[in-house]
Amino acid sequence: MKSAQRTTRRPLALAVAALVGLPLALSACGTSPAASSSEAVKEISVMDYYNNEPDKSFIGDALTKCGTQAGVTIKRETVPGKSLISKVLQQSSSKTLPDVLMLDNPDLQQIAATGALAPLSDFKISTDNFAEGVLSAGTDKDKVYGLAPTVNTIALFYNKDILDKAGVTPPTTWDELKAASAKLTAGDQYGLAFNANPTYEGTWQFLPVMWSNGGDEKKIDTKETEQALQLWTDLVKSGSVSSSALNWTQADVKDQFMAGKAAMMVNGPWQIPALDKQPTLQYGVVKIPVREAGQTSVAPLGGEVWTVPQTGNKARQAKAAEVVACLNSDENQMAMAKVRNTIPSKTTLAEKFATENPKLATFTELIKTARARTGELGADWPAQATKIYTAIQTALTGNASPADALKQAQGQ
Amino acid sequence: MSLTTDLSQTAAGSTGKAAGKATRKHGRPAGSPTEAQTPRRRTRQRRERIFQWLFLVPAVVYMALFFGYPVVKNVVMSFQDYTTATFFTGEAPWVGLANYVTVLSSSLFSTSLLNTALFTVGSILGQFVIGLALAIFFQRKFPLNGILRSLLLLPWLLPLIVSSAVWRWILDKDSGALNRFLGDLGVINTGVPWLTSTSLALIAVVGVNIWIGIPFNLTILYGGLQEIPDELYEAGSLDGATGWKAFRHITWPMLRPVVSVVLVLGVVYTLKVLDIILGLTNGGPANSTQTIATQSYDLSFHEFKFGEGAALGNVLVIISLVFAVLYLRASRRAVDE
Repeated sequence: MKSAQRTTRRPLALAVAALVGLPLALSACGTSPAASSSEAVKEISVMDYYNNEPDKSFIGDALTKCGTQAGVTIKRETVPGKSLISKVLQQSSSKTLPDVLMLDNPDLQQIAATGALAPLSDFKISTDNFAEGVLSAGTDKDKVYGLAPTVNTIALFYNKDILDKAGVTPPTTWDELKAASAKLTAGDQYGLAFNANPTYEGTWQFLPVMWSNGGDEKKIDTKETEQALQLWTDLVKSGSVSSSALNWTQADVKDQFMAGKAAMMVNGPWQIPALDKQPTLQYGVVKIPVREAGQTSVAPLGGEVWTVPQTGNKARQAKAAEVVACLNSDENQMAMAKVRNTIPSKTTLAEKFATENPKLATFTELIKTARARTGELGADWPAQATKIYTAIQTALTGNASPADALKQAQGQ
Repeated sequence: MSLTTDLSQTAAGSTGKAAGKATRKHGRPAGSPTEAQTPRRRTRQRRERIFQWLFLVPAVVYMALFFGYPVVKNVVMSFQDYTTATFFTGEAPWVGLANYVTVLSSSLFSTSLLNTALFTVGSILGQFVIGLALAIFFQRKFPLNGILRSLLLLPWLLPLIVSSAVWRWILDKDSGALNRFLGDLGVINTGVPWLTSTSLALIAVVGVNIWIGIPFNLTILYGGLQEIPDELYEAGSLDGATGWKAFRHITWPMLRPVVSVVLVLGVVYTLKVLDIILGLTNGGPANSTQTIATQSYDLSFHEFKFGEGAALGNVLVIISLVFAVLYLRASRRAVDE
């Protein structure tokens, strides 16, 4: 009997132990290693979305160097771009944000507004010489929360051989763009390729024509925005741009251009490494045309900002701020811009960079007047950006005229 | 309730047997009726009962954590103004039914609801009919039968993201394989805008979803067909029931229980399809492939309106529940009969 009792009791004790242990094990997942502020900081954690080569290594090397300079080792985590925000939100609710956090610039206000980020002025990080658009992208309610070492934007790429053969010069106005696109469309080849898909990418590619013509994202049912949408619609309707643009990503657009199926494309400098892998492809880059000669081409600002989350540990935050400052040093901006085909965000460096890297001269020029997507609307940008791409899709599919499409979308 | 008592009884029965075996090992005879009445034996039984319940605890904890919590959280969230700030501050003011009002009165809701219905009905119809036809076809004995059947499972084994990426390329207007093929056959002159025309996109998406769903239908229905005894067909053929008649009077009635499982699971599964639509069209062009599932995803994870996303998600849950209840009632009736 004794032995029988023991056999029942032992598993019972085990089961009870397991039950008691379960919540402990679960809660252990949520807590970060607690380091007291008085201890010397030896390691700081970093999270970014550069999970593909070559950016993964470029950014990794810069981080390692900055870590060494600040006397800490870097524990870096790279996540896919699409899952970064959900990961950040998870971490902010479990208070496990990394010490240094990279964010895509249109997401910054969204996160800063939650109170999860520390203003960079707390750490006396200098914001001198940064281009105005870059600073506004990193600012929420008059406080700078993030700085981008390098930035990018979009412009018009053209295939030199195809344009030469057709006797077409790169267009500078909308009329020229329409005429050139029509002339360059023949057989398998479209004159122009852009992306008008129902995501923020579609909105992003439309912004240059909208902004250059004086359109404003706060109120999209205006004459200026309507004219811009009319241009996009005309280009698709006349067949100069494939209606596949409604479903393409920027990568698809680049593939069309590289395959010679589009004579011109709207795209960014991050495609340059891919384009350069095909030595037979001779291309040039100009600003995206404006409606009338004399208008300023206003491009949207792209790029990622580096921030210091409110982790509650002052010593670690100070070290994290040192790393963010270091990433934004003159030397690092120039080096990163060169290897990553992006533009230094300090205006003082841009001139020098343009002369050293003539391939990026157009982009460097554009950055001076480039606007941040969240500059006016802050955390309200996603809702408005959704309206813009909805209007683009409605007009491009012919479901409504540009004017009606914009009116419908604005009223949504 | 009856379910849990049933469970505990069967569990008690099996562990009782195991205990009996264990005592036999120690040279004691298996429990005789008189011994079962002793108080010692009774306390031991009670202890065993507690022990049995403890075995249920992990399952209950698991269900509460990974099933109960999200569902409850989603319901609560739908009555709150839940923003990105909530994640950091934990503050989410109550807004009553405001999220439901916003979501249900938005001009997009009727479009999404209609698309969800068309997508679900179209997908289920196609998957089931083709799946059943193939299942019947594979009942015949012919060379390479097994290999062909396993090849047909392929769409099921591929990650949905891969399938949708490949189909997006196949269905491309200018360089897609399908248009090339149709062009070579002389069926079409210009590229068909499968994914970029508001009238074709939904059809194309349904088509891809049918392709993905065929293996599931084929497998389950094939299994159901194997269960039907050959004698029935032999007897039927003596009475002149062959071909269509045999299907109508033998196969279909015998297959009914399996059919209801396949259809209900298929509906619930199809209602919440997300990856395929996002991968193929992102809900476009001009919302022509937007379903309740994709709209809820967009609201939550792109526009950061978590309260509205949750409200719309709950609407979808309720629609699924209707089918789940129908299924449970149907299966209970089958058991009762």
